Amino acid sequence: MNQDLQKERAAASFNPELLTHVLDGSPENTRRRREIENLILKDPDFQHEDLNFLSRSQRYEVAVRKSATMVEKMRKFNIADPAEIMWFKKLHLVNFVEPVGLNYSMFIPTLLNQGTTAQQEKWLLSSKGLEIIGTYAQTEMGHGTHLRGLETTATYDPETQEFILNSPTVTSIKWWPGGLGKTSNHAIVLAQLITQGKCYGLHAFIVPIREFGTHKPLPGITVGDIGPKFGYDEMDNGYLKMDNYRIPRENMLMKHAQVKPDGTYVKPLSNKLTYGTMVFIRSFLVGESARCLSKACTIAIRYSAVRHQSEITPGEPEPQILDYQTQQYKLFPLLATAYAFQFVGAYMKETYHRINEDISQGDLSELPELHALAAGLKAFTSWTTNTGIEACRMACGGHGYSHCSGLPNIYVNFTPTCTFEGENTVMMLQTARFLMKSYDQVHSGKLVCGMVSYLNDLPSQHIQPQQVAVWPTVVDINSPDSLTEAYKLRAARLVEIAAKNLQTEVIHRKSKEVAWNLTSVDLVQASEAHCHYVAVKLFSEKLLQIQEKSIQAVLRNLCLLYSLYGISRNAGDFLQGSIMTESQITQVNERIKELLTVIRPDAVALVDAFDFQDVTLGSVLGRYDGNVYENLFEWAKKSPLNKTEVHESYHKHLKSLQSKL
Amino acid sequence: MTQNERYEAAIKKKFHIQMLAQRLGWSEDSRELYYANRSLSGDLGLALQFVFQKALRSLGSEEQIAKWDPLCNKLQILATYAQTELGHGTYLQGLETEATYDAATQEFVVHSPTLTAIKWWPGDLGRSATHALVQAQLICSGAQQGMHAFIVPIRSLEDHSPLPGITVGDIGPKMDFDHSDNGFLQLDHVRVPRENMLSRFAQVLPDGTYIKLGTAKSNYLSMVVVRVDILSDEVIPLLQKACVIAIRYSVIRRQSRLRPSDPEAKVLDYQTQQQKLFPPLAKAYAFHFVANSLLEFFHRSYSSILDRDFSLLPELHALSAGMKALVSDFCIQGAELCRRACGGHGYSKLSGLPSLVTRVTASCTYEGENTVLYLQTARFLVKSYLQAQESTSQRSLPQSVAYLTAPDLAMCPAQKVADFLHPELYTTAWAHVAARLIKDSVHHLQTLMQSGADRHEAWNQTTVIHLQAAKAHLYYVTVKIFTEALEKLENQPAIQQVLKRLCDLYALHGIMTNTGDFLHDGFLSGAQIDMARKAYLDLLLLIRKDAILLTDAFDFSDQCLNSALGCYDGNVYERLFQWAQKSPTNTQGNPAYEKYIRPLLQGWRSRL
Repeated sequence: MNQDLQKERAAASFNPELLTHVLDGSPENTRRRREIENLILKDPDFQHEDLNFLSRSQRYEVAVRKSATMVEKMRKFNIADPAEIMWFKKLHLVNFVEPVGLNYSMFIPTLLNQGTTAQQEKWLLSSKGLEIIGTYAQTEMGHGTHLRGLETTATYDPETQEFILNSPTVTSIKWWPGGLGKTSNHAIVLAQLITQGKCYGLHAFIVPIREFGTHKPLPGITVGDIGPKFGYDEMDNGYLKMDNYRIPRENMLMKHAQVKPDGTYVKPLSNKLTYGTMVFIRSFLVGESARCLSKACTIAIRYSAVRHQSEITPGEPEPQILDYQTQQYKLFPLLATAYAFQFVGAYMKETYHRINEDISQGDLSELPELHALAAGLKAFTSWTTNTGIEACRMACGGHGYSHCSGLPNIYVNFTPTCTFEGENTVMMLQTARFLMKSYDQVHSGKLVCGMVSYLNDLPSQHIQPQQVAVWPTVVDINSPDSLTEAYKLRAARLVEIAAKNLQTEVIHRKSKEVAWNLTSVDLVQASEAHCHYVAVKLFSEKLLQIQEKSIQAVLRNLCLLYSLYGISRNAGDFLQGSIMTESQITQVNERIKELLTVIRPDAVALVDAFDFQDVTLGSVLGRYDGNVYENLFEWAKKSPLNKTEVHESYHKHLKSLQSKL
Repeated sequence: MTQNERYEAAIKKKFHIQMLAQRLGWSEDSRELYYANRSLSGDLGLALQFVFQKALRSLGSEEQIAKWDPLCNKLQILATYAQTELGHGTYLQGLETEATYDAATQEFVVHSPTLTAIKWWPGDLGRSATHALVQAQLICSGAQQGMHAFIVPIRSLEDHSPLPGITVGDIGPKMDFDHSDNGFLQLDHVRVPRENMLSRFAQVLPDGTYIKLGTAKSNYLSMVVVRVDILSDEVIPLLQKACVIAIRYSVIRRQSRLRPSDPEAKVLDYQTQQQKLFPPLAKAYAFHFVANSLLEFFHRSYSSILDRDFSLLPELHALSAGMKALVSDFCIQGAELCRRACGGHGYSKLSGLPSLVTRVTASCTYEGENTVLYLQTARFLVKSYLQAQESTSQRSLPQSVAYLTAPDLAMCPAQKVADFLHPELYTTAWAHVAARLIKDSVHHLQTLMQSGADRHEAWNQTTVIHLQAAKAHLYYVTVKIFTEALEKLENQPAIQQVLKRLCDLYALHGIMTNTGDFLHDGFLSGAQIDMARKAYLDLLLLIRKDAILLTDAFDFSDQCLNSALGCYDGNVYERLFQWAQKSPTNTQGNPAYEKYIRPLLQGWRSRL
């Protein structure tokens, strides 16, 4: 064990085990999580080789092998609970990229949500047992988030009772679906339904793409891998082009909408139901943001306690870089953010389950707010995490750039979260649409509830874009409640400004859509402020639920740091809205620096509490024992370039270069 | 390509270009070679030869230059520059490698005493270099004399095998720079002759007497040179390319509708997309002028420094350090923004953007970690501020900080939106904020010291605000350089006009992202912030019209962009499909199917 880390752990003000229980939800959850972890980590069947030294094709092969083993093991260990399946997969795949993953995360859930009972009977069993490996093909080469723009067509032919699938243009080729390139033999394809000469919009179809037995593409199907990407080397994201490809009528998922044998179209009852899956995935991504940022913080903070550099006072030994104020200022706000997002993620998961209960009883009233919140928080947390992982990597200096740090892999595999399941800017604008609706509702005299209820206070306060001090409150910068209040005022103000600017543009331009576009920078800002408020609020409320004094104290410091850092970074909003004064901002900046010093002794224990095992971190710099340099040297010796003492290119190129000149 | 293949390709390219240069008589600092490099996107092996030579010419005596430089030019030796160690980076004094003088044999014994002293990261070291310029602690006559540079032969010129006492190899896979064999070097009492210590600024006489000829700073000179060069040779073009790709793609890509009746709109017509892409574009242009201006300043001061006149060195050092940090930080952010602005396809390597991002992002660390560099600028600012306060001092302040003594307005005079389009107005605003933050940072430092804190501890406890002050100062300098560059374009009014919009956008975007600093002491009012914001948003629409031509003007060939999204003809989707089909995953078989997928698919069946 590295001496520095040993000292850090001994000096912490709390027992990280107790904090781990808070993060997992209960001691029982922690116990069960570790049980599953050990099941995998101690199992020789899951060989955890270092992917960094493998080619893309080798990485794909390893992932497929692990998927296959995993299916066997889950049956053997009888792991069926969805949450446990998630843990199980995450662990043994380390980076959670698996070519057959879409079968479970998209193909089967879509079949369950949109397939009739007969359809489920036909396909569910074989897809659960992987006789069918399915994927979900929505995105096209030229079209993404805007669903109505998709070009793939499914034209019904009543004579044969078949749908004819076509990719009419190059931009309509399905592009990106995971597992499509090489692995899957079926896909749920989203296509524009045309029957009796009329287009009825997007519907889902089950499309066989590869032949059983040979795995060769079926006639009429062109399918392949879309080539190398930033990350996700293990995944065969694919393309799919269909050329007058016929499938039986029964392959359209018909739980909601139907096409009768004669071609008559029957409309679905409600569109809102499809929100459910999206909300689930986006809520899950909020938690994923928290986990990835937590991993990055673990690596950067442990390494910063091991790394010594330069001098603070001449003559003394080189200090740990974690003792530099600038290093603390880079890392501790991110650590606080990671904790904030852990709690936001837990809240989203709970809310999703609660509202899902309501939905199953036919109560859809809370769905629009949840949908808006999930969209906004997915964007808010993934943007922050994206920047945060990068900041952690850069805080590790040169070694952060090496794959040995694990940080490049965490980054490249996380960053698509900003794009998939709804591009972040578009997500923010969806939240903004809900905020604008709520604002209008308040103005027409109706109260709104939930997270936006602060808008109810607006009409009485007559906020103007450049008002003088109208806020009745004085912000106490040491009170999480009071800071939540300040964030609420900021959100209210920015929502109001966006709404007013939108109205002004409408008056000038007379087209709602043009006005919306010309206000969209304001609208995104309003959504961000709303999400930021939600995060601060959830963090400060979490403090009340914690009994253990030492844990509460340390979380309270993190909560304050998270809130104050956000104020400092957005000081203009708080000043311009007269929510805080200049001298308060100065106090905020001073308080942040004090908090850095207060958190410093607990920093290592705070990342230990995330409880990531070394294999899961995949980082030489972030090792629990802190023996960084020895292992770094050993790791480098494994580089493929070191296989021979003199590289062949010396003989091929260098030698002749030297002799010819 | 694998790491091994990319390395080989880079060496091969270097080989061909060297033959070409020799045939056509291009000298090694020539414009021709710079252009040739630009067209190959710098994907060349043996780049460190150049760093070695720069260091040699800055730190070597005339005899040493005469001996080693021609060997480098003819590639009879392949050299690298080995400074960073496994446990030590930017902080030179902390390096552990030792060079102990042995008067009996007139040799230096170069040695890595610990694991953390192993040289780590130097480019071309892993597999290629025959010689390394090793930075080591000089010990002679029993005294430590600090860091000096030594030429150490590491591989046999006959068969390329490592020489006795040398352990050398590649440090393993990185985020990028696969083509470069960054390496490690462990030295076990390796002996080099006395003449191998570079001795322009310090000498060791045969009997071991140490003679100092320059200031302690002179050793930094080679770093200053490299920092200036690296901006225009490597860092800025990467941002420019990212802008070209993202902006071209944004007029091809259509998504959603602006009006229900319209066809899908080009994504560049969305305000949010403009707000993502135009500030990086403005930066790409701003930094072009910044790099030019720095180079001019460098050449002005360089010759006097070589004559051992060090008066301009502090400013040169502070400015080059800070600008390297600011420009690389913004280029990193900008390139990543461009990548993400291309949605899913930006994640595909076929877009060319991931490689630009992973490449530019290394620049936050190499040639000096950015935070450390900002703080070097900050130290210079503190000194300059204190100098400005001494009314007795007759010496004028260095040019870049002259504004510290200029008369300052307490409030911005802007009254309408259009006022924010006056270069003088926003330059003054930036000068005001920079001056205030520098004043605050000095004030904080002094208060802490007066309350009894040790000078060094006080510095550490105020570094966050020093960082902020340095960034504001550097932003001010870039705004000023950009506006001055515009003035020189009077004869080309059309060009001047379009660049002025970018300059305005650059300055205002900086204000918009730091409104707190401008509101803080009431320099700008809330109403003025709203005006500046309006001016900023209006500029987006004006720049939209010229956006494509502004990216065409960088004049990168398709081959050099290597992007399916950013090609000049805009045939994005056709190219994307073609390139994907060529991917090895599609042209080679799928061994995973036979091994795992097939049993998986059939295992279930057999159990039925």
